[in-house]
Amino acid sequence: MLAFAIRRLVQAIGVMLVVALISFVMFRFVGDPVNQLVGVDTSPEDRAALREALGLNDPVLLQFGRFILRAAQLDFGISYQFKQPVAALIASRLPATLELSLVSAVLALAVGVPMGVFTGLYPRSWVSRAFLAVSLVGVSLPTFLIGILLIFLVSVNLGWLPSFGRGTVVDIGFGWTTGLLTASGLQSLILPAITLGLFQMTLIMRLVRGEMLEVLRTDYIKFARARGLSRRAINFGHALRNTLVPVITITGLQLGSIIAFAIITETVFQWPGMGLMFLQAVQSVDIPIMAAYLLLIAFLFVTINFIVDLLYVAVDPRIRLGGARG
Amino acid sequence: MIARIRTNGLAMSGRKALLAATAGLLLATAAQAETLRFAFQGTLNALDPYTLNETFSLGMFGNVYEGLTKRDKNLQIIPGLAESWEMVDPLTWRFNLRKGVKFSNGNDFTASDVVFSAERVRDASSDLKTRIPADSVWTAIDDHTVEVKLTSPNPILHYEWDTWYMMDKEWAEAEGATKPISAKDTNPGPAAFKTNGTGPFVIESHEPGVKTVFKPNAGWWGTPEHNLTEVVFTPIAADGTRVAALLAGDVDLIDPVPVQDIPRVNADPNTEAMTGPELRVIHLGFNQMDDELATSDVKGKNPFRDPNVRKALYQAIDIEAIKERVMRGLSTPVPLLIANELFSGAKDFQRWPYDPEAAKKLLADAGYPDGFTVGMDCPNDRYVNDEAICQATVSMLARIGVKVNLNAQPKAQYFAKVLAPGGYDTDFFLLGWTPGSFDSWNVLVNLAGCRDTTGKGGPFNLGGYCNKDLDALSAKIVVESDTAKREAMIKEAYTIMTQETSHIPLHQQSLAWGKRKNVEIVQRPDNQVLFYWAKVN
Repeated sequence: MLAFAIRRLVQAIGVMLVVALISFVMFRFVGDPVNQLVGVDTSPEDRAALREALGLNDPVLLQFGRFILRAAQLDFGISYQFKQPVAALIASRLPATLELSLVSAVLALAVGVPMGVFTGLYPRSWVSRAFLAVSLVGVSLPTFLIGILLIFLVSVNLGWLPSFGRGTVVDIGFGWTTGLLTASGLQSLILPAITLGLFQMTLIMRLVRGEMLEVLRTDYIKFARARGLSRRAINFGHALRNTLVPVITITGLQLGSIIAFAIITETVFQWPGMGLMFLQAVQSVDIPIMAAYLLLIAFLFVTINFIVDLLYVAVDPRIRLGGARG
Repeated sequence: MIARIRTNGLAMSGRKALLAATAGLLLATAAQAETLRFAFQGTLNALDPYTLNETFSLGMFGNVYEGLTKRDKNLQIIPGLAESWEMVDPLTWRFNLRKGVKFSNGNDFTASDVVFSAERVRDASSDLKTRIPADSVWTAIDDHTVEVKLTSPNPILHYEWDTWYMMDKEWAEAEGATKPISAKDTNPGPAAFKTNGTGPFVIESHEPGVKTVFKPNAGWWGTPEHNLTEVVFTPIAADGTRVAALLAGDVDLIDPVPVQDIPRVNADPNTEAMTGPELRVIHLGFNQMDDELATSDVKGKNPFRDPNVRKALYQAIDIEAIKERVMRGLSTPVPLLIANELFSGAKDFQRWPYDPEAAKKLLADAGYPDGFTVGMDCPNDRYVNDEAICQATVSMLARIGVKVNLNAQPKAQYFAKVLAPGGYDTDFFLLGWTPGSFDSWNVLVNLAGCRDTTGKGGPFNLGGYCNKDLDALSAKIVVESDTAKREAMIKEAYTIMTQETSHIPLHQQSLAWGKRKNVEIVQRPDNQVLFYWAKVN
């Protein structure tokens, strides 16, 4: 187990370094940050001076080395457009994205798993067929379309929920702001969470359904039924437990995706999270924010994968025993 | 009896109290909080008014800070923090400052603040350096008089001062904000997020990219023409969301409304679109500097050096079709590179008529009977429907045999290519321009001044058009104090440009704001959103 963990850790660091190199090199070609920093009337001499001052004329390797050194100390520089330290900006926007992602993930699980179980147990019932048909909407419509549709249906036409923003947020210490404690915050959370979670919900539902159908046909389930165990014990105690391993893996990976790619949902709902900030950074060629964001996302994926691998080992005894022997 | 009287007495005073309370309640509801919620597509970042020369932020700051002069609802110059001024002689100006003005932190506004602001705006890290001549000398004659000495006459000295804001010397020194924030600051300091102005509003809170709250400045020297108790600004980048927020009633004013959503906003009973011409003129330009065009199949010569070729391309463009189809009626075709509102002589100029047959003949006579190919550069997220305009141009030019290869990119990449840092790498391009001073000299120099390869002389003359006579005229225009003579010289300059088709002016784009019907606000063609003329009913 320890050797396994250490191997994974070394691989993680390797991945981080490669991501840092790729993102750094890529940003040489995204446009001229100086043009975004100054007004239209600024003279060419002043622009050249600014390039020099920002260190944009130094050799690429030197800039990269500087970048890695500072990143290790969590110093990602100053944002070109906001004029604030990038680390502080990300920290201030992180709660919004994490809250949205976690609520979406919980929603996706809370709806997806029961629906999956139901459609797995009663595959021929008309309710199951209806669920499956509707769930196609979740996978086939793009996220921004779902978001805009929800806004127009619920906010503009029915006026039930706010159309953008996070509502009133409460600062609960450690720099974490939450919208879960206010009415307007909760209301603002509903539509974005549905938009973001719909795809995951469908995915989880179909995955659980597929796994359930497969597991229910296995011999040990037949024998459990023969032994006279209750339906609940069989379905949830044995069948569901065994479907969880792939579900955990996929959910874990999807959670990383949700956090990283909440960009679209955040843009549609003007949700003040990291994704929206990243998009604004791309449009203004705000290189410090872009680089820091990519590194953060790489770190997130690597960490989540690591945890998922450990959970995998914990949940499935066969892997643990197999590893010890090998 | 006595008890009854006493009861009556109590009842009387009780009734009086009730009356007073009701009256108080009525008054309170009459003076209830009027909040204006405003959403824009971009963000407000650092709050230093000298950091970025951008219309939107300068407009926002114009609610909090004030300059020596201001512009009224029709863009005419009116006194601001300077009550009056005079040109003592062509090289000396004297400004008499308004008395009794205080900054929002209570400090008095005096001549020393003006002199300090003049130094600060010329600092190397300021983006508004050109607001005042670099070598002008500013002295405080007394607490309310400032004298400015110039090295050469400048009759339009004060034309851009409505966006050059006065800052408080004592506050800036106390906050460590004596130098403007610049990108290379490793520690921008708290002054980036604090303001202290003399204007009708103060910024109560500011989260960059999220929300900014303005409240009225109780100590303002003027009489409020608004009835607002609070203004909440939120950026909403996505067009669809911004329109939805207006329709849902979550915001009261949005800028801009995409042209295709204007009918929707007008159709809703609670909202309406405000449209009007903007000062920005969109034009096409030609590379006239290089001996050979890199993106063209014509070798050995540059077709765009021939004014007849330029005129041919001009006449191939159906500007009315662009106005109807691409801009949906929301544009004003112009004959010059400046808005009609900013030059009274513009009415005497005409566009070359749309005539594809004449265009083909001109091309044939110039030696290109089968036309030629050329590359075109265009931004796709900077001006209203910019990419669509370019695509329409491509198809119109194809009809006369000129095959255009369009390269449309986001503004970050586009400007990196076509401006000086990119080496002015373009043969045929689209550009929009608003002269910051609202005066023609800015256009003549920036867009048509002879330049070298680094951009000196005509930094936004992307094509390198050069006419020595024009430059000589521009040099005379800048120092001419007699308005009539000046206007005549400007007219002569524009005549030179139009006769030899230096550029193809297209149109003034339009502004489109969306608002709820209970909001009254003034829309000026310079697209500044000024709350001090807004009312929420």
